[in-house]
Amino acid sequence: MEKSKYLEGVEKKDLFAHGHRACGGCGQALAARLVADAAGENTIACVATGCLEVFSSPYPDPAWRIPFLHSLFENAAAVASGVEAAYKALGKGPVNIIAQGGDGSTADIGFQSISGMFERGHNVLYVCYDNEAYMNTGVQRSSFTPYGARTTTTPMGNRTRKKNMPMIAADHGIPYVATATVDDFRDLQKKVQKALAIEGPKYVHILAPCPLGWGHHGELTVEVCRLAKDTGLFPIYEIVDGKITNVRKIPVKVPVEEYLKVQGRFKHLFKRGVPSEEVAEIQEIANQNIERFNL
Amino acid sequence: MLKQIEGSYAVAQVVAHCRPNVISAYPITPQTHIVEGLADLVGEGQLQAEFVNVESEFSAASVVLGASAAGARAYTATTSQGLLLMSEVIYCIAGMRLPIVLTCANRAISAPLSIWNDQQDSMAVRDAGWIQLHAEDNQEASDLHIQAFKIAEQTFLPTMVCMDGFILTHAFEPVDIPEQKEVDDFLPTFKPRHIVDPRWPRGIGLFADPRFYMETRYILHRALEKSEETIKEVSADFAKVFGRESGGFIKTYKLEEADVAIVSMGSVVGTIKELIDQLEEEGKKVGLLQICCYRPFPRHEVYRALKDKMNIVVLEKCISLGRGGILASDVRWSFPRAEKKDRNISSFVAGLGGRNISIDDLQYMVEKVEKEPVEFEFLGLRKELIAERDM
Ligand SMILES: Cc1ncc(C[n+]2csc(CCOP(=O)(O)OP(=O)(O)O)c2C)c(N)n1
Ligand SMILES: [Mg+2]
Repeated sequence: MEKSKYLEGVEKKDLFAHGHRACGGCGQALAARLVADAAGENTIACVATGCLEVFSSPYPDPAWRIPFLHSLFENAAAVASGVEAAYKALGKGPVNIIAQGGDGSTADIGFQSISGMFERGHNVLYVCYDNEAYMNTGVQRSSFTPYGARTTTTPMGNRTRKKNMPMIAADHGIPYVATATVDDFRDLQKKVQKALAIEGPKYVHILAPCPLGWGHHGELTVEVCRLAKDTGLFPIYEIVDGKITNVRKIPVKVPVEEYLKVQGRFKHLFKRGVPSEEVAEIQEIANQNIERFNL
Repeated sequence: MLKQIEGSYAVAQVVAHCRPNVISAYPITPQTHIVEGLADLVGEGQLQAEFVNVESEFSAASVVLGASAAGARAYTATTSQGLLLMSEVIYCIAGMRLPIVLTCANRAISAPLSIWNDQQDSMAVRDAGWIQLHAEDNQEASDLHIQAFKIAEQTFLPTMVCMDGFILTHAFEPVDIPEQKEVDDFLPTFKPRHIVDPRWPRGIGLFADPRFYMETRYILHRALEKSEETIKEVSADFAKVFGRESGGFIKTYKLEEADVAIVSMGSVVGTIKELIDQLEEEGKKVGLLQICCYRPFPRHEVYRALKDKMNIVVLEKCISLGRGGILASDVRWSFPRAEKKDRNISSFVAGLGGRNISIDDLQYMVEKVEKEPVEFEFLGLRKELIAERDM
């Protein structure tokens, strides 16, 4: 087989690789690896409790080849702030400091600590691995869980819309915000590298499908990301110094049904193949995104 | 140099002399003057440190955790609700063996809200794996901070210096604040053990499955027990260098001859000593055992100091609701089973939420235990405020 063009220009250093225990097709494992390899050896990872931490850091064999620091579920951004303060005070560095957490850690319990880190202006990149629920504890709803999705705590389907974290991050006045998914390795890595080259707080929001929680086949992880983008449900853009730029245009717009139908968490929205009202509501969310970002 | 100074500012100056690299704290009465003092010293350039103004105590504790894990000498201060908000991080700091120093300006806990002094807050985290030192007065509060950094960095155990809120933090007393050079000579620069640094990639804060977790607790427990030597050594060294006794494990006052032994900790021992002198004039022999280090608990010292005392009374500013005196349990546990028989160990809780503990209260307590042992009693209760139907 010829070497895939797909991997051309992709950094592969195996800084996050061997010995992790993620499920097959885990979007977060893939994303974490792309982030670490893009950042390079001179990097410190401050990771929140969650799937990533649990599958990558069992004593005595963690999967990290860069320094890894974990303490709690809700404080990765504050811990990273402390690491940064220490480097400044001790006159050490420069070093890349990347705080990392899941959507629950980012949008809910760690929200305050991230807001504090942004507002204080620490030279830290925060990466959110968004799998749209609390996966580590068994697929409970978070405030990034999309409308209509079934989780173990929204058995009838989630009734709320997803919190818009990239915009909230940007409204802190931080110099760089970006969204990415694990279907475009180069784009994701470029954004991480671009972020790290900028002084101050940065936020990169990565859609990272969870085959177990979303109910899709592991080999579809990348395909699910593509559908999330092409339906308009997960817009890809950057916000540089407060201005939205580099919006990814959708080549051919796809109805949300195609995205929903490959995932078990939306199965209840189709009765004998017929889409329910909620599907129309989700299409409306996609349309609003398409209009807002001119996708 | 002897200065007439507020306790909080004395502590701020002494902490600055310990040259922390990173300070992070969140304001809460009665801790505020300590961090304001430090902010001034950093602002004026007298102390070279990163001062991180966070959005909560949870983040303050997390910032010093991160800073310490990156090799910095790190300091924070809090009290009451702030300490409780930190509690999850407090456990983590100990489990990760990060030698952070924290000042607890002891205060009561809500509800009802009370900004006044007692020692329920530090008691609430007594089992977290920190060394806890209690100051009697502001000289000791200042001195203990210098010792705390040294003890913490030698044992890799975080150390909490407890000083009674308002009673000490806001009291003006003459305090001898050592010169920078004296502190530099006493306190070596921090040599961290494991740090996050790309030159030596390692994981800090990995999770432990049932094959490994228990041992981490055993090691931490033993490290705390073993820190006894360091705590004693450091306080002895301190006395040699600075010419005054501060800290250590326990202190006694007129205990040898005493018929009644009072056990207590914190600033209330000042009032107790006054009572002891007063009663001595009346021909009564009462003595004091002062707990200077509450964790690790000085079990053997307590036993040695009290083994001839048959009438002991423990006075404390905290309570295990539904159980009773906490320090009293620790004191009772210090005696071998056979020696507990025939020994009266009475337990009094006093001064909760800033209720004054007067000499008269203490005299009542002593007279009461002279007659009969007291299993457990609230001292200085206003009975007129209590109705049977509320209980
Ligand atoms: C204070 C606290 N509350 C709850 C938990 C339990 N907990 C651990 S991970 C987790 C969910 C993580 O969700 P997310 O941040 O989305 O990461 P994911 O596992 O989905 O990658 C929860 C609820 C905890 N560890 N600490
Ligand atoms: Mg999640």
